[in-house]
Amino acid sequence: MRAIESVALPVRRLEWQLAQVREIVVETIRVKSLRLHVTGWQGHRPGQHVDIRLTAEGGYQAQRSYSIASAPEDELLALTVERVNNGEVSPYLVDELRAGDQFELRGPIGGYFVWTADMSGPLCLIAGGAGVAPLMAMLRHRDGQSSRPLTLLLYSSRSLDDVIYREELDAMARCDPKLGIVYALTRKQPEGWTGQRGRIDKALLARVCFPPEQNPKIFVCGPTTFVEYVATLLVELGNDPLSIKTERFGPTGG
Amino acid sequence: MDTAPISRGFKSRREERAPKNRLPPGQHVTTDFPVLSAGPTPLNTLEKWTLVVQLGGSQRGKWNWTEFEALPQTTKKTDIHCVTKWSKLDTTWQGVTFDDLLKAAGLAEPPAPYIMAHCDGGYTTNLPVADLIDGKGMIATRYEGLPIPAEHGGPARLFVPHLYFWKSAKWVRSMRFMERDERGFWESLGYHNYGDPWKEQRYEGD
Repeated sequence: MRAIESVALPVRRLEWQLAQVREIVVETIRVKSLRLHVTGWQGHRPGQHVDIRLTAEGGYQAQRSYSIASAPEDELLALTVERVNNGEVSPYLVDELRAGDQFELRGPIGGYFVWTADMSGPLCLIAGGAGVAPLMAMLRHRDGQSSRPLTLLLYSSRSLDDVIYREELDAMARCDPKLGIVYALTRKQPEGWTGQRGRIDKALLARVCFPPEQNPKIFVCGPTTFVEYVATLLVELGNDPLSIKTERFGPTGG
Repeated sequence: MDTAPISRGFKSRREERAPKNRLPPGQHVTTDFPVLSAGPTPLNTLEKWTLVVQLGGSQRGKWNWTEFEALPQTTKKTDIHCVTKWSKLDTTWQGVTFDDLLKAAGLAEPPAPYIMAHCDGGYTTNLPVADLIDGKGMIATRYEGLPIPAEHGGPARLFVPHLYFWKSAKWVRSMRFMERDERGFWESLGYHNYGDPWKEQRYEGD
C-alpha cells in the first residue's frame, strides 16, 4: 500500500454526540440491536464503527467500539451488541438500557473495512457470530440499490437460534437472485438440516466463495481466531491478501 | 458535550484491576492479547526475511534474520495501549533498539526527522524519529521471552509503547527516513497522526 501524502485540510474533531435509544430489538438470546437517534449525525459508510461512552454516577466513564449495522440510508443508527458475560459495558447495554435512555457516541470511525455500492466486483462477506453486524450494514445498503453485485454471505453461528437478523436476511435472499446466503451451524443443527454442519473449512470456502479470478471484494468479521483461520484459508485458496479486509472482534469488548 | 448523561445502573467493574496512573483516559485493562489487523496475517519465512533502512532512494542498511539476531538485544517491560481501548500491563518485549539499528547502519545521527515503517501486507505507519531514539523504540522479535507469534506481528514488529499500538507496526520490513512527514495507513483513514494515549489522540482532530 502506498503512503498517501498528507493534505492540509482543516481537521474536524469527532465530537461526542448525544444518542437517544428509540427502539431495542431482541435479535437472539444474548444479542440486541439498539436503534438510535443521534443529534447531528453526519452519516457513515457501511462497515464503519462508532465509539460509545457511558458515564456512571460519580463520573466513572467507559468507552467501547461497536460496528454500525444500519445502512447509511436508514433513519436510525443501529448498533448490534452481544452480551459478554462478566463484561462491563455489554451487559449494561443488553440488559439495562431502555428506550428513551441516552448515552454519548462519536464516529463514524474507520475507512478501510468499508463497502459502498459503487465498488466493482462480486462481494464476499464472511461472518462469525456477532461479526455479522458491519456486514449487515453492507447488505442493507446493497439492498436499497437498483443495481446490485453478485453477493455471498457465509455466516457461521452456534445454532440457528443464534443467527442474528435471520428473518431479514432470508427475506432479502428470497427477493434477490443475486444474493446467496450460506449458514454454517457449528454446535447444534435443527432436525433435517441440510446445510453446513461444523466450522467453516477450506472445502466449504472453495465450494461457495467466488473464485479468485473474479476478483471478489472479501470482508471477514468475527472473533480473532475465526478471522485468522478464514483469512489464512482464503489466501491459501489463491485470493490476493489485499482483497481480503478483516475486522476482528477481540474478547475484550466487555 | 458539556455534561455527559448519567447512565443509571451503570457501574465500573474493572477499577480495582486498573491502577489509575497506569491507564490512559478511555482505556480498560485486558489480560488477553487481542489481535487487530486490516487483512490476513502474512506468511513469512525467516530465510526470506530482511530488514532494510532507507534514506531517499538509497539503502543505508540491510540485515537478514541471522544478521539481525546478532545485533545487540534489549529487553523492555512496559504497558501497551491499543486505540480500540484495551491496555495490557507489564508486557515484556525483546529486540533491537532503533539506536542500535542506526549504529549498525553506520549512522551517527538520524539523517532525517521522520520515519515511515513499511510492512508485509502493505501496512505503513509514520513516526517522528524523536519518538524512536533514546531507547524509545525498537524492532521487537520476542514477546514474553518467545518468538512473537505471526498474528501478533512476528517475526519482527516495531515497538513504540508510548504511542497507541497501531504505531507499533506488525511485520515490519523497512524503515524509511523522510525529510517531511507523510501519513501511513491508519493515519490516512481518520486516525490521529501522532497517537499519544495520554492525550487520547485516537482520531484526526483529537
